[in-house]
Amino acid sequence: MLFFVDKLGAKTLGVLQEMGKMLNFLVYALYKIVTTPGKPIHIFKQIHFIGAKSFFVIFLTAAFTGMVLGLQGYYTLAKFGSEGMLGAAVALSLIRELGPVLSALMVTGRAGSAITTEIGIMNITEQIDALRTMALEPYKYLVAPKIIGALIAVPLLCAIFDVVGIYGGYLVGVKLLGVNPGAYFHEMENSIVWKDVYSGFFKSLSFGLIISWVSCYKGYYAGHGAEGVSRATTAAVVMSSVMILIWDYFLTSVLM
Amino acid sequence: MKTVIGSAIKVLRLTTGLQPAVRKTESGPSMIRLINVTKSFDSQVVLNKLSMDILTGKITSIIGPSGEGKSVLLKHMIGLLKPDSGEVVADGEVISSMRGSNLNRAREKFGMLFQNAALFDSMTVFENVAFPLEEKTRLSPAEIRDRVHEALAHVGLKGIDKKYPDMLSGGMKKRVGLARALLLNPKIILFDEPTTGLDPIICRAIHQLIRDTHRRFGYTAVIVSHEIPEIFEISDQVAMLYRGQIIEQGKARDIQRSSHPVVRQFINGSLDGPIRLVT
Repeated sequence: MLFFVDKLGAKTLGVLQEMGKMLNFLVYALYKIVTTPGKPIHIFKQIHFIGAKSFFVIFLTAAFTGMVLGLQGYYTLAKFGSEGMLGAAVALSLIRELGPVLSALMVTGRAGSAITTEIGIMNITEQIDALRTMALEPYKYLVAPKIIGALIAVPLLCAIFDVVGIYGGYLVGVKLLGVNPGAYFHEMENSIVWKDVYSGFFKSLSFGLIISWVSCYKGYYAGHGAEGVSRATTAAVVMSSVMILIWDYFLTSVLM
Repeated sequence: MKTVIGSAIKVLRLTTGLQPAVRKTESGPSMIRLINVTKSFDSQVVLNKLSMDILTGKITSIIGPSGEGKSVLLKHMIGLLKPDSGEVVADGEVISSMRGSNLNRAREKFGMLFQNAALFDSMTVFENVAFPLEEKTRLSPAEIRDRVHEALAHVGLKGIDKKYPDMLSGGMKKRVGLARALLLNPKIILFDEPTTGLDPIICRAIHQLIRDTHRRFGYTAVIVSHEIPEIFEISDQVAMLYRGQIIEQGKARDIQRSSHPVVRQFINGSLDGPIRLVT
């Protein structure tokens, strides 16, 4: 029994220590962003990597999410004779929830994992030490541009997701199932309020921070060898995804 | 007035701790001095009250069996690792107690060539060598291009600007790493096993390159190496690390003639003696 309590205590302390370390990492990275933001070219490269290179996967996911929403929404609303509300249902689901969450999960899978792998490999091959020996601050070159890049790219990807998803719903609802096109957009315009848009934007902004923070941290402290990097990458994707979903719930309950 | 403002700034720095004062000490003929340095990882003591001096402008080689902490020792010299106790003094400054911007400023005196060259694998050769210049100087692109080509020429490389590190041989990577280390004219260059994994001809070429660049630029060199007896040809001083301590240090020819049983066994590569393969 004592052994079990001992183990539980050690595990709890370990988790708390890890959380403290992660928070320290974030605070120091944000401090570096404010004090020495670095050259814009490094940030542009990250916006390109996290944002532009994720465009295709976001487009594809958004189109099919919108289409399935159109399909499901149509048959549900048809039971109540409210097919005209399809545009509002699709847009509200996308702008408030699915756009920010799904775009963030896609970015986690595509860019977050790549960030962890990149920094992890740099760590185990002494490239981070090489930066230090050149009197260059690794946070400034590796972490800060990725956080700024994600803060800019993820909300933009979310906006693209919303627009493409709405047109995916339009394609199925209007073109395939015969919903009135005027009603589709008119009901959308009537239902969506500014608060829906900025709450979605705020969510994706915070998801951008979570993805870049967790991915950079896991890479920076990756274990030894290829296995260490692969474990770090898996942990980064899992932890980012879980944190996104948990944080989404809390934000939704606050912003509702 | 200037003195008053200067003193006020010093007091402010000392009281706020924003920029800790740098402890200075007399460097004398030693560029780097390690005083009673102890370092442990978990329960394993790697450096045990180790003391040694690296002479200014000389090539000092550190030899010793694998896993004895030679790279750990090198990383203490540049502040990549902090000792559990003891001090590391580099060019008159206590580098082991420095942090943040002070440590970065102290590191500007150093260049380092890593065991695997540690080139940035997402950058081309040109970008790798140009990186410190782009980040630390305000030179124009044309000036940077000239400096990079000059540095690559010093190490005998031409026409590989656009190649990526994974397209280079081991010897070429080391030479690019050396070009990068030389670029900002450091006072001290640390070499972590610069010839490991290279064939004997390339190995000799790298040693020749170290000797030539040392003559040309006059830096203080510290080399961690296993290359016996080749390392004696280029070294002014040789130190033997064993069980966390420098057991013998002196001129290369004196170490070659050493009667210390550990040094003798290591130099001769003998299986019999105090050094055990499994400890």
